[in-house]
Amino acid sequence: MAEVQAKPMPVPDAISRPYWEGANQGIFAFQRCRDCGKAQFYSRSACVHCHGSDLEWQVAAGTGRVASFSVIHRAPIASFMADTPYVLALIDMNEGFRFMCNVLRCDPATVKIGMRVRVCFEARPGTEQKIPQVEPATA
Amino acid sequence: MGNKAIISGVHDTQVGALPDSTCMSLHTEASLGALADAGLKVSDIDGLLTAYSFASPQLMLGGVLGEYIGLRPKVNASIAMGGMTGGLLVRHAAALVQAGICRHVLCVTGDNRLTGMGDKVQAALADVGHPQYEQPYGMSVPAAFAMAAQVYFHEGWLNGDHLAAVAVNQRANAALHPQSHMKKPITMDDVRKSKVIASPLRMLDCCLVSDGGAAVIVSAAETARDRPKRAVELLGIGEGHTHEHIFAAPSLVDFGCKESATDALAQAGLKHKDVDCAHIYDCFTSTLLITLESMGFYGRGEAGPAALAGEFAIGGRFPVNTNGGLLSYGSSGAAGGMFHVVEAVRQLRGECGPRQVKDAEVALAHTLGGIFSGHCSIIMGRA
Repeated sequence: MAEVQAKPMPVPDAISRPYWEGANQGIFAFQRCRDCGKAQFYSRSACVHCHGSDLEWQVAAGTGRVASFSVIHRAPIASFMADTPYVLALIDMNEGFRFMCNVLRCDPATVKIGMRVRVCFEARPGTEQKIPQVEPATA
Repeated sequence: MGNKAIISGVHDTQVGALPDSTCMSLHTEASLGALADAGLKVSDIDGLLTAYSFASPQLMLGGVLGEYIGLRPKVNASIAMGGMTGGLLVRHAAALVQAGICRHVLCVTGDNRLTGMGDKVQAALADVGHPQYEQPYGMSVPAAFAMAAQVYFHEGWLNGDHLAAVAVNQRANAALHPQSHMKKPITMDDVRKSKVIASPLRMLDCCLVSDGGAAVIVSAAETARDRPKRAVELLGIGEGHTHEHIFAAPSLVDFGCKESATDALAQAGLKHKDVDCAHIYDCFTSTLLITLESMGFYGRGEAGPAALAGEFAIGGRFPVNTNGGLLSYGSSGAAGGMFHVVEAVRQLRGECGPRQVKDAEVALAHTLGGIFSGHCSIIMGRA
């Protein structure tokens, strides 16, 4: 049987390292601009809103809502085939930014736009890097 | 604006599975075909604009093509902006002509990604996802486009029947084109029962992967009298760019096509209702309907019902994608969008035979790159 390659994993760079190191410690870190006060995802060398460079890292509370999603039945690459059907989603975090992830620990058929979710961190075999994900928020 | 720009020659190759083709053979066939169409020789071309290839990536595709066909242009550049590139080549060619830098600019696209890449195509496409913030989550291109469709479904603006009507109409159009990749008729039920790829999109909502090529020659208007075919004038061109990755899109409802269409129409001094036929990038059935609404051709929630009512048919109120589009004519990388430009020109020349839109005087060709990321709208008219 052909060996299935590992799933693609992020390679942190100088700007994104605090985000990915935070994930390994169970923290969802994001940048907020001290000049204009707005949050941004992903981390950048300058604020995408006002182009100021005085950016600070903050920790998100970890709750948000599904802005949109798709249940993937045909995986783009072999390493995701065993996961089908899986949910790809855009999440609007309460802090005012959007990111992409999978919705874990739920029946894909129950995912809806507007659904409340909370951040969790997925460990994958063969890597120390944890991946920010979400799961349904329980009331 | 200086000199006026016209389209003097177009050509699209056979599309589909072309195992005897290469990236360069498709570029050559498209180029020589467009030159013959324009009544020009290779040596008449003073500008060469090319796109990119997945099957045979090159650092300098324009240099490789120039060498392959013995062309020594005064201007040579390659542009890589995904599916919108075809439109961009025409726009930059028009700018070169209008500035008086070139008289005849050859714009060429093509790729043999069906027989030249095998099953590596989907993985190569998924590679466009952000390496840190998308690829680790198994994002596919259909799923990324589905994010917008899902919102339209949720709001009640689109449903599966609307999407199916687009697929069925375009397959019927492709059957009228001698070169198209997929001619076998399909029914609404075929689409509705096809396999889910990324909800709410099914297999028959998705465009093809084809081998093929297309070329367009943009010339100075004063050369038109020496050309064998009726000239088509470039009346207005607009672009709109809002993001690259779908998670960073400012909206999942409206996209840069709103600005690109507004600018192109304003330049042309025309209104939406003046457009006789539209040739719009249709990587998915939903992409077409969302683009039509975002561009203002239909109000919110009105494009889907229009598709169901048959408005996009060749004899309908607003004929769309008369060649069958990326869904059924063919999708060959940057050539996918260029096929739309070629078909728009042929409609305005009255060359489309059974696909001809009666009295077509103004056409829109629209190309899209990324995940609704960048858009190029071209309004053209009979010169």
